[in-house]
Amino acid sequence: MQRGQGFRGFLNYIRRNPAFGGGLLLLLLLLLFATVAGLFVPKDGAYPLATMPKQAPSAEHPFGTDSVGRDLLPTLIYGTRMTLSIGMIAGCIGLGVGTVLGFMTGYFGGLFDTIVKFLVDVLMTIPSFLLLITIASSVPNPENMSILQMALILSLVSWVQPTRAIRAQVLSMRERAFVMMAKLSGMSGMEIIIKELMPNLMPYLAISLAGAVNGGVLGSLGLQTLGIGNLREPSLGMTIYWLRYYNAFLQGYWWWIIEPVIVIAAIFIAFLLLSIGLDEFANPRTRRTV
Amino acid sequence: MSATALLQIKNLKVYYYVERGAVKAVDDVSFNLELGVKMGLVGESGSGKSTMALALMRMIKPPGKIVGGQMILDGTDLVKLSEEQMRQIKLSRIAMIPQGAMNSLNPVMRIDKQLVDGMLDHNVMMTKEEREKRVNELLQMVDLAPKVAKMYPHELSGGMQQRVTVAQSISMEPDLIIADEPTSALDVVIQRQVMETINRLQQKLGLSVILIGHDMGLMAQTVDRLAVMYAGRMMEIGETRAMFHHPLHPYTELLIKSLPVLENKGVFSGIPGITPSLLNPPEGCVFHTRCPKAWDLCEKTIPQFTEVQPGRWVACHLHTA
Amino acid sequence: MRIPLSYILKRMGFLVAVLFTAATINFLIPKLAPRDPVQELINQKIASGGLTSEGAAEFRDSLRKLYGLDRPLWQQYLTYIWNTMRFDLGYSITNYPLRVDFIIGQTVFWTLGFVGVSTILAFLIGTVVGALVGWSKTSKWFSWLMPPLAAFSAVPAFIIALVLIYFLAFKLKAFPLRGGFSATIVKDWSSMEFLLDVAHHAILPGLSMLLVSIGGWSLGMRSMMVTVEGADYITFAEAKGLKGSRIFFRYALRNTLLPQVTSLAMSLGLIVSGSALVETMFSYPGIGNRLGGAIAALDYPVIYGIVFFMVVGIAVATLLVDLLYPFLDPRISYSGG
Repeated sequence: MQRGQGFRGFLNYIRRNPAFGGGLLLLLLLLLFATVAGLFVPKDGAYPLATMPKQAPSAEHPFGTDSVGRDLLPTLIYGTRMTLSIGMIAGCIGLGVGTVLGFMTGYFGGLFDTIVKFLVDVLMTIPSFLLLITIASSVPNPENMSILQMALILSLVSWVQPTRAIRAQVLSMRERAFVMMAKLSGMSGMEIIIKELMPNLMPYLAISLAGAVNGGVLGSLGLQTLGIGNLREPSLGMTIYWLRYYNAFLQGYWWWIIEPVIVIAAIFIAFLLLSIGLDEFANPRTRRTV
Repeated sequence: MSATALLQIKNLKVYYYVERGAVKAVDDVSFNLELGVKMGLVGESGSGKSTMALALMRMIKPPGKIVGGQMILDGTDLVKLSEEQMRQIKLSRIAMIPQGAMNSLNPVMRIDKQLVDGMLDHNVMMTKEEREKRVNELLQMVDLAPKVAKMYPHELSGGMQQRVTVAQSISMEPDLIIADEPTSALDVVIQRQVMETINRLQQKLGLSVILIGHDMGLMAQTVDRLAVMYAGRMMEIGETRAMFHHPLHPYTELLIKSLPVLENKGVFSGIPGITPSLLNPPEGCVFHTRCPKAWDLCEKTIPQFTEVQPGRWVACHLHTA
Repeated sequence: MRIPLSYILKRMGFLVAVLFTAATINFLIPKLAPRDPVQELINQKIASGGLTSEGAAEFRDSLRKLYGLDRPLWQQYLTYIWNTMRFDLGYSITNYPLRVDFIIGQTVFWTLGFVGVSTILAFLIGTVVGALVGWSKTSKWFSWLMPPLAAFSAVPAFIIALVLIYFLAFKLKAFPLRGGFSATIVKDWSSMEFLLDVAHHAILPGLSMLLVSIGGWSLGMRSMMVTVEGADYITFAEAKGLKGSRIFFRYALRNTLLPQVTSLAMSLGLIVSGSALVETMFSYPGIGNRLGGAIAALDYPVIYGIVFFMVVGIAVATLLVDLLYPFLDPRISYSGG
């Protein structure tokens, strides 16, 4: 795999791996939408009774308003920000825990490994969403849940997949020659993990991170759609919850339905492209010209 | 050129087109093969022998391509046939025994099904009883017990799997069998068994065999004629015993000398140097860079592949200049 | 084929472990949370005026007794496990005295209907499409199908449901907006009119699930086909002069069945979770919608009961698929496990 120099090399790589480029671009656009656009649009429009309700998109309200008077433009901007933040925090925690556990169990094995592996297998059989429902509906005051609280609940399940993936990779790498060499030259276990294994596993860590963040976004979306979580602060899931509650279909408020769908679809397609691109990066396929 | 030859290869060229140019895997190769004759095709890795096998079966895949020459089987030029016509010829006229049998059999299909599906796709109508009968016949011909029919490939040993592929190849009694290093993956004892089976069948059915390999010792024991390839070109062809006693081409000579001799234990002689790039083969004779007998003519002019004695062909300026 | 007892026992043992863990989690979570559902119910009743504060204390005690909350924790746990094994999941709070298992029984068949059909259809269609795209001898036009299918697979099913509802039900009015059957038709399972009505209502929910799943199956199948096509036995099959169709079906496709069915087993959990949200979108009278309603009403026994039931269903289904493996691939024997 050739690594070009600097930025030009990066652009070259994007040309060979369009999925990665596309996903990155889409994600960037979404982040811009969530952050920079928010600099121009104040957040107060995202609450009930902020403006005239039930307005179709117009010059004044480019995204229209919902049944209780939320301006959908700031709602979606800050909603994307909230949902993505929750997803990223949950994903990072999940990856962090998963990395530590994955390396520890994969490299050192033993009783610890057996216990963790059993736990992982069981948790993979139980659908994480159902677990989340059980947990999230049992916490006190779900209506006032903060971003951090939601992210923590999500990270209770987001660590499972990264642990499994990283452990598998570590297991396969453990027996490889370069690790044997490191052991023979007297490196300690921790040193080997940090200096030898980790750099080689970077692509897989990235893939796991993308997956964990994706899962976090999906989880928070699902929970909030069902009504678990903070339904006052603008988020994407909360928007869906309210549009169902107020029967946006029957009233014909198409903007209320289509706009969040587009944003949500964009998020997931971005993650799909990224994961395809990252997968190609980690396992490049043989080129067809040879 | 004998008009009765079963197979006539004339100036065959197979190139692989890669980013940097054309890899000349087989470059202007010609030879004949009579019916009922066993010919061995030897050469180092990269000599083009496996490409020859694929070319004969018209199984060269992009970026490879047959760019020139003819392959005439009993009057028909195989190069010019359509896909469907060639498909009919495969197995019924030319059959292949692959190198690694354990990977060549369909893992999820029983042996009996795999033995007959080739025939079924070649429009051989058989009732259930006829199919069973044929399966048993074929198994018997390769010395396998009838119960093998209902087994799966992974239940058989390596030697047994190879014998199944042999049985498959003779199922339609083709004129020509191409055996691509059929015993490389086996130990010597099984090797012998499989080669004996092939020999026996060849005699019984009177078919021609092209045995591809790099084991000169095996060739010496098995084949009637020997063809030596190097870097995509044909160096020498002749009757086996004659080639071993009086090799004409320096490469052939070195190959034979490199066979370890029991009396000279511990003495290994090889061939100095490395095989040239097929992307940019050397000018003149392709072997001249490693040939101990090369002189300036060899660097400039490609030697012609000529019949210097009846049945003996060689491409070397020593004999053709 | 002989099935060694040890394999079955091992798999069942794992199944029991999963169920046990799920049940324990189900038990512990509400206990750990500083929430008292009984108190909350009481407060609700007081607020709605159905209870005076004097009667409240008495009512609270009798409720606690009913739910066994007055006994020590370990006793509660054992009773809970015992009940769960007998499939006694308790009573709904909001719909007292309905039993949770009764509620499940009423709704589960609706779910099984559209989820089962759509999953099977998606699996079959997706597998065939993926195989055709991955096989080098098929027309390249098929690969145009992949991007839209992949896009669908990334987006959650209930979002697709939203789009379908808007365009097909609201705008085109070709399908009903909600429900499992029309309110205007007599609920008679032997009547063709009713059955057609049920089918009509099931199409959009089923379609939501179908579109999302197809992408996943075809992506997986495509990459498997590409791998299989490079295998030696395919080359040899070609050398035998076999017909293209035979090579495609009996040699290539047949060898990808096992991994494909494995993916099916692994995705059962996701399918069930996804279907729950789809049902809430359509107010479809299935088990997922009932769960959504229970969440909104904080009807804990129903929430935990339905979740547990789903976990059991998925685990059992996974086990059954696992037992299929040796039939799909003769190399797998039960002892290899």
